Amino acid sequence: MQLLSKAPTGPIETRWDRHRFEMKLVNPANRRKHTVIVVGSGLAGGAGAATLGEQGYNVLCFCYQDSPRRAHSIAAQGGINAAKNYPNDGDSVYRLFYDTVKGGDFRSRESNVYRLAQVSVNIIDQCVAQGVPFAREYGGLLANRSFGGAQVSRTFYARGQTGQQLLLGAYQALERQVAAGIVKMFARHEMLELIMVDGVARGIVTRDMVSGKLEAFTADAVVLATGGYGNVFFLSTNAKGCNVTATWRAHRKGAAFANPCFTQIHPTCIPVSGDYQSKLTLMSESLRNDGRVWVPKNAADCGKDPASIPEEDRDYYLERLYPSFGNLVPRDIASRRAKDMCDQGRGVGPEVAGVRRGVYLDFRDAVKRLGHATVAERYGNLFEMYERITGEDPYKVPMRIYPATHYTMGGLWVDYNLMSTIPGLFVAGEANFSDHGANRLGASALMQGLADGYFVLPYTVANYLGSTKLEKVSESHPEVRGAVESVQTRIDKLLSIQGKRSPDSFHRELGHIIWDDCGMARNAAGLTRALEKIPALREEFWQNLRVTGSGSELNQSLEKAGRIADFMELGELMCRDALERDESAGCHYREEHVTPEGEAARDDEKYCHVQAWEWTGDPSAPRLHKEQLQFEFVKPSQRSYK
Amino acid sequence: MQKALTLLDTTVGKKAVMALTGLVWFGFLVGHMLGNLQVFLGPEKLNAYAQGLKALGPLLWGARLTLAAALLLHVWAAFSLVGRSVAARGQPYRVKKNPATTYAALTMRLSGPLIMLFLLYHLAHFTIPGVAMSSSYTHDHNDVYANVIHGFSVPWVAALYVLAQLALGLHLFHGAWSALQTFGLSHPRYNVLRRHAAQGIAGLIVLGNLTIVIAVQAGLIK
Amino acid sequence: MANMNLVLNVWRQKSANAPGQFVRYEAKGISDHMSFLEMLDVVNEQLIERGEDPIAFDHDCREGICGACSLMINGQAHGPRQQTTTCQLHMRSFKDGDELTIEPWRAAAFPVLRDLIVDRSSFDRIIQAGGYISVRTGAPRDANEILVPKTDADESMDAAACIGCGACVAACPNASASLFTAAKLGHLGLLPQGQPERMARTRNMVSQMDREGFGHCTNHGECEHACPKGISVAFIARMNRDYLKAMATQPVERDNDDG
Repeated sequence: MQLLSKAPTGPIETRWDRHRFEMKLVNPANRRKHTVIVVGSGLAGGAGAATLGEQGYNVLCFCYQDSPRRAHSIAAQGGINAAKNYPNDGDSVYRLFYDTVKGGDFRSRESNVYRLAQVSVNIIDQCVAQGVPFAREYGGLLANRSFGGAQVSRTFYARGQTGQQLLLGAYQALERQVAAGIVKMFARHEMLELIMVDGVARGIVTRDMVSGKLEAFTADAVVLATGGYGNVFFLSTNAKGCNVTATWRAHRKGAAFANPCFTQIHPTCIPVSGDYQSKLTLMSESLRNDGRVWVPKNAADCGKDPASIPEEDRDYYLERLYPSFGNLVPRDIASRRAKDMCDQGRGVGPEVAGVRRGVYLDFRDAVKRLGHATVAERYGNLFEMYERITGEDPYKVPMRIYPATHYTMGGLWVDYNLMSTIPGLFVAGEANFSDHGANRLGASALMQGLADGYFVLPYTVANYLGSTKLEKVSESHPEVRGAVESVQTRIDKLLSIQGKRSPDSFHRELGHIIWDDCGMARNAAGLTRALEKIPALREEFWQNLRVTGSGSELNQSLEKAGRIADFMELGELMCRDALERDESAGCHYREEHVTPEGEAARDDEKYCHVQAWEWTGDPSAPRLHKEQLQFEFVKPSQRSYK
Repeated sequence: MQKALTLLDTTVGKKAVMALTGLVWFGFLVGHMLGNLQVFLGPEKLNAYAQGLKALGPLLWGARLTLAAALLLHVWAAFSLVGRSVAARGQPYRVKKNPATTYAALTMRLSGPLIMLFLLYHLAHFTIPGVAMSSSYTHDHNDVYANVIHGFSVPWVAALYVLAQLALGLHLFHGAWSALQTFGLSHPRYNVLRRHAAQGIAGLIVLGNLTIVIAVQAGLIK
Repeated sequence: MANMNLVLNVWRQKSANAPGQFVRYEAKGISDHMSFLEMLDVVNEQLIERGEDPIAFDHDCREGICGACSLMINGQAHGPRQQTTTCQLHMRSFKDGDELTIEPWRAAAFPVLRDLIVDRSSFDRIIQAGGYISVRTGAPRDANEILVPKTDADESMDAAACIGCGACVAACPNASASLFTAAKLGHLGLLPQGQPERMARTRNMVSQMDREGFGHCTNHGECEHACPKGISVAFIARMNRDYLKAMATQPVERDNDDG
């Protein structure tokens, strides 16, 4: 396997333009003859399917939800970055590029990131034209805000529902193509296998989640836009259905999986309240603008009513450790310090498995300083959401927060054209590894999804179709039939185990292992331990799983079981990747590699590369490939937030 | 893509028919009440008013036909929509709460037919001699005042009228503002006013009508 | 943390064409911190343990935005708490000993697929009929060349907040989809970008709404009350007005030629 990034060279400002010119086109009259499969209908998939449809390709789009409008992109709250520089506060394409490379802790590809920053401005134009109701100023112009500690106001937003509005824009564009008969939409269809013919991606096998019917679809190119794998932790801010199956199936067919250990933790989520917990809810990071984070100084106070703890017994640890940034330190730092406090036994809230996992985010002083009305205006809807979930009123009792898995920077390895190591298999959005390096900046996920879908894939998929000669693949082709049979065999196996444990119980246990040893902070001993535990758990899974019902009906247990089987393999790869990367970088925090200030210490000598793993048939013995990263424009430096 | 449905094929179109015809009757009811309130001005005034209406001739018939047509359309729309509504639910709920709506809105399907029956009775009552007048009285086409007094002096008839007015009140209470909503006459600034005004006028119609019945029963007019 | 015991009467139906019935389950030791769906998770784990089929229900984001969850709880869409989806409804809204009846959305246009899962693809088809602005991906004019008064943008956003869950249909005594359709029409019709297609969009979406077999609006307001996003019935008035205007002013329809 070779990792050819195909990134253009030369002045960074002109790379994408030149590349666009050099790429092949497909004659409009011939486009209808090409079929493109798009799996996933979120920002990347929905936008990609709609745009490819508009251009005249025959598009088949699949999603596991009952409607493409429910893809998990919908849950993004904060906003979308774009280098419009409307507020005239010093932003530019170059600055967004610079911030993103630096924010990713120098583990992303410069060419890709520059292109992302470049097309960010087109995204806003496109979305406004579609009718996305972005926030406005009184003069009717678009409003911007600063987000996630950025020095410029480049974030566009639609209340706290930016992801929803952008997704509905893409969804509506997609439905327009469905109405025109150009895109065929398959909702409640789950991709369970990739079909390869002569070493090239030529289709997928899906299961109709209502009837259970397995079906093969063939095409000239396959796009995976199936989101991230954060649900490997069981508890995350992802939707319950989010899974790694599509990308993992592709990985097993030869697509390299890059940087799986780069997973992002969001510091302000509502803590776990019990072992029945099914999901973690994210609260907007903006809360840290006015809330003060603290824990009791003495572990003995942790169970007390917070109001009864006097000022001198409170430890405002972020303000103490980071006097200049205080409560606004970056996500990864805020998250790790919260974990430290709880590990020291100073966490608050209910004990779950013997430990209190939560820290206070207190608005008492903000209410005093700004008044109840101002706090209500800024955070009223968030407070209401918090109260709905916890039953506590944040105006009176300090909020409790704890970090949770939020986003995965890792994913299938792709070249500059977003093509994986399998020819004809493209990967877009969170599912690929491309733009965020070791850490993603706030409000950049939406930007990347739409950039890939609206502005990159339509060119690069066309280039592939225009420059590749493909024979027609019939449904009776041995590879097609073989793929369907292998899916059937796997489903039969899952149903036939008839053991004692439910799919969820395995998923929870896997999540615990990975959260404990490959979560916010990792070390060699923990990772080695996890690498022993996961294969053992996987073994038990295949011996002791119980799935009720049959394969030929709507069967949610079966769906879960198939996804968990893939998480079991991915989880091990994550830990292996984290162990292999013997440095700290961005969200990957190895306790052995810490600067004197307690921050992530990179090792640019040894690890300035992408770790891309090749499937060998044995989940415990993948083959490692490296893509060296060059930084010609943004010189690697150490982050400091003291 | 399929062609759009025609106006009368859509629920919104049918609702518009319902609302328009309802408003025609609403207007009639206002006039009917105001005209009849002249009973308090004595026999001469009321009988002269009645004569005046009859003298309108073709105009009167025009109005009657308009009302009849409006009524038929109103009933047609109602039947066609109610059938649709039942089909649209399919299997009913075992438990269903309706915390937002009003009793009036929920009983439109009941108050409508009741008013219809009452209307038929009311027409017969004042046009066909011998229908529920006090026993000693014979219907006189030219003495509307006497017809009213005698008509309402029978206790069960008066009671029937009171009940019918309550049904009418419920129907108008929901129907009046609902019609405005159907026509899209909505503006956040005037919406509360709109609802109160529509319901207020509906209330006045019922009250006005009731005063006549009650006044006769109480012996205030003879 | 209080624990409670509940009795659930849940609609069970194996497939679209199979007959269904209510089945009684006991949910014991339910924490008041659980969400309603977590309570069902607990019941399902026990069912799997007993070798029975778990209760199928739609859910995904579990944070009130995807619109997948959809239960009729004791006769109320998404349960007793206003502006709350089922996934964000917590068990502290109930008390020990409560008996709950859990049903799927009931509407001919939302056929049951299994247990509490219904098919809401009729909503997608209403959007397909015109719930978009016809603009190709490419190079539209700069975003700030289109001025949108803040009040219009805000009102448009109020309508755009719709999550397409179908609670409006479920709660409506007539199973009408007026609020859903009107919300999309309001979102696009309030923006300058939405004006060119406004009349045709209204006509086509209303037509599709009726073709799907939804009921009519009789202005009960149950939809607004049940809507987890609190979308106002004022948008229905707006839709009606635009629809009548469209039928009065639009030229005789020609075939749609976009795409």
